[in-house]
Amino acid sequence: MITLPYLVAGWLFLVGCYGLVTSRNLVHTVACLTVAQSATYVLLLAVGFRAGATAPVFADVPVGTRVVDPVVQALSLTDIVVSATVTAVLLALTVQIYKRHGTVNPDELRALQD
Amino acid sequence: MSPTVQALPPLLVVVPLLAATVLAASGRVLPRLVIDTVSMLSCLLVLAGSVMLLNATGSRRVVSWLGAYPPVDGSSVGVVFVVDRIGAGLATLIAALVTAVLTYTWRYFDEVESYFHVLILLFLAGMVGFALTGDLFNAFVFFELMGAVAYALTGYKIEEAKPLQGALNFAVINSLGAYCSLLGIGLIYGRTGELGFAQIQRALAGQSTDWLVLVGTALVFTGFLVKGAAVPLHFWLADAHAVAPSPVCVLFSGVMVELGLYGVARTWSAAFSPVLPAERLRPVLMAAGVVTALVGAVMCLAQYHLKRLLAFSTVGHVGMFLVALGALEPAAIGGLAIYVVGHAAVKGALFLCAGIVLNARGSVDEAELHGRARDLPATRVCFLLGGLALAALPPFGTWLGKTLAEDGLSHAGFGWTDYLLVGVSAVTGGAVLRAGLRIFLGAGAPPGTRDGTRGSGEDPETTHHLGRIPVTMLVPIVALLAGGLILGLVPGLPVLAQDAASQLLDHTGYAAAALDGISAVPPPAPAASWTLSGLLLGGLSVLLALAVAAVGLYSDRLRRVFSQVPTVVTLPFRALRTAHSGHLGDYVVWLLVGVTLLAIGLAAT
Repeated sequence: MITLPYLVAGWLFLVGCYGLVTSRNLVHTVACLTVAQSATYVLLLAVGFRAGATAPVFADVPVGTRVVDPVVQALSLTDIVVSATVTAVLLALTVQIYKRHGTVNPDELRALQD
Repeated sequence: MSPTVQALPPLLVVVPLLAATVLAASGRVLPRLVIDTVSMLSCLLVLAGSVMLLNATGSRRVVSWLGAYPPVDGSSVGVVFVVDRIGAGLATLIAALVTAVLTYTWRYFDEVESYFHVLILLFLAGMVGFALTGDLFNAFVFFELMGAVAYALTGYKIEEAKPLQGALNFAVINSLGAYCSLLGIGLIYGRTGELGFAQIQRALAGQSTDWLVLVGTALVFTGFLVKGAAVPLHFWLADAHAVAPSPVCVLFSGVMVELGLYGVARTWSAAFSPVLPAERLRPVLMAAGVVTALVGAVMCLAQYHLKRLLAFSTVGHVGMFLVALGALEPAAIGGLAIYVVGHAAVKGALFLCAGIVLNARGSVDEAELHGRARDLPATRVCFLLGGLALAALPPFGTWLGKTLAEDGLSHAGFGWTDYLLVGVSAVTGGAVLRAGLRIFLGAGAPPGTRDGTRGSGEDPETTHHLGRIPVTMLVPIVALLAGGLILGLVPGLPVLAQDAASQLLDHTGYAAAALDGISAVPPPAPAASWTLSGLLLGGLSVLLALAVAAVGLYSDRLRRVFSQVPTVVTLPFRALRTAHSGHLGDYVVWLLVGVTLLAIGLAAT
């Protein structure tokens, strides 16, 4: 097992969270969430990796060819669709927040303080 | 098993999805009446199907492999729905609540096009799918579907400032939680090569509990517990509930949050139990539950924004649910099942009452509304009755569920939880009663000015302030309260619930039903029923709730006494309120703290 992809996945998640915590701009916040999510792509693809294997496309390859795990690739694809949806909703909210609050700095959003 | 019943679980997801697609495509040209009718009909179809499933699952489970990929020799590449009584019961609850919401909104949003109905139907599909699925990745997809729709529903009033911030906090925190779950799913898949609950369970059987599995399960649980609002993952809940349209709050508080806890229970029992013995999970759930219940109760008392108050009462109740779930015993979980349904009915009615007040008076602020809702007699009766029911007034379903859960917990050796459950029910019920008495009867002095989120200056959700309350808005409130009351009176329900809980915890039976087509009958549960002491405890918590309400209303003198209290005592409470800052970055930090605590908790015990 190669550990590098798993370390990269962990790094991406943490650095995304760091960005979320320190963000001063909601567009940056949304991008950081996407960075944190890209950790899941790396992890899923790393889980399905096999040394010396080819892509799981079964046309024009001899029977018995080593391929990487197609299941995790399907999962990643679904994950990307989810990501696109959530990012779109969040960016739409950000546009509206700019219109209504006049700022996109999370530190200046004070409507819901307890 | 008849093919009709087997076709039901996927249909319950497909019908609302199809209806939502049709409405989204043609909503602009269709008249409002057609939109209302189509969405109501598809929701009633789901309700009927769920009830049929509830009847078909008793001692057995309904297993449905999609695309005709049944397992061969116990393994399959297909995706499966596995429905037991708890799953079917949740689907029924979801469909019933959505029916109530659609009735309420018949005249509520005047000028909406079909968007609201489309979102509600998608939400219905996501929640029902999550309750019925037997596959970890499908659970994630349904989880994300209901999440994305919920964010959009929260920010539905897109022209206002508060809903936007609430929706943003909700969306970012829940998405991050869901990504934690997905990372966990990846790790579990890496270890087992399986995604079905039953297949994972078989693959993990006999393996040792190592760090990879522990981190994987902790991450999977994180996403569910974010949705389930366990402290410190709960911060989004109050922000979202305070700003979402009131009928949407009914679905959030009544069932979406509880589905998070269901996710933990289901994945643990059906998939992870071989490597995560109950002794490991129990203290973690119990500790999280106690903290959540206390934080919810304290914060609930401190609120003057009606919907935030109800939201924190949900946090308090979720804490109690976690404690009952943490026993991991059929008796306590059977009580929990009834408690969840009773709570959904009562809390739903309370939120709908809050919606009426908001639209009739343009505010949900307790201080501002002081005595201003005297002329809403029906709403007044329902709201106060709801407050009493929330404090576990016998014979409401909330009381029956709570007393059965208490009995189950006591038998499992957690007698101390009686104090917690009675205390938290009393405080949350008392806070609701205080607000109700102040708003509807003008009791007590108006509270002085204070900081924090105010509920004044809210735009009503209808296009104009309501004059006469339409009957379509009152009927669901009365129906929900009546449902909550009848629930506590159904004879034999405690035994049925306990059987369902045994079925939920029977992991070998689950795998056998899913993979081998064997429906094993779990041993019959011992007779369960409420006791006299349970009745007395219910009465006690109602009395305490009235006391809490009275103190809240007439506490000026007390407040002067308390102002002498040294800062050391009040500091934790102030810190707790400061922590609910509404700031996204703070919430992310708390989420990371929560993940870490969860992983350490699972590893250390």
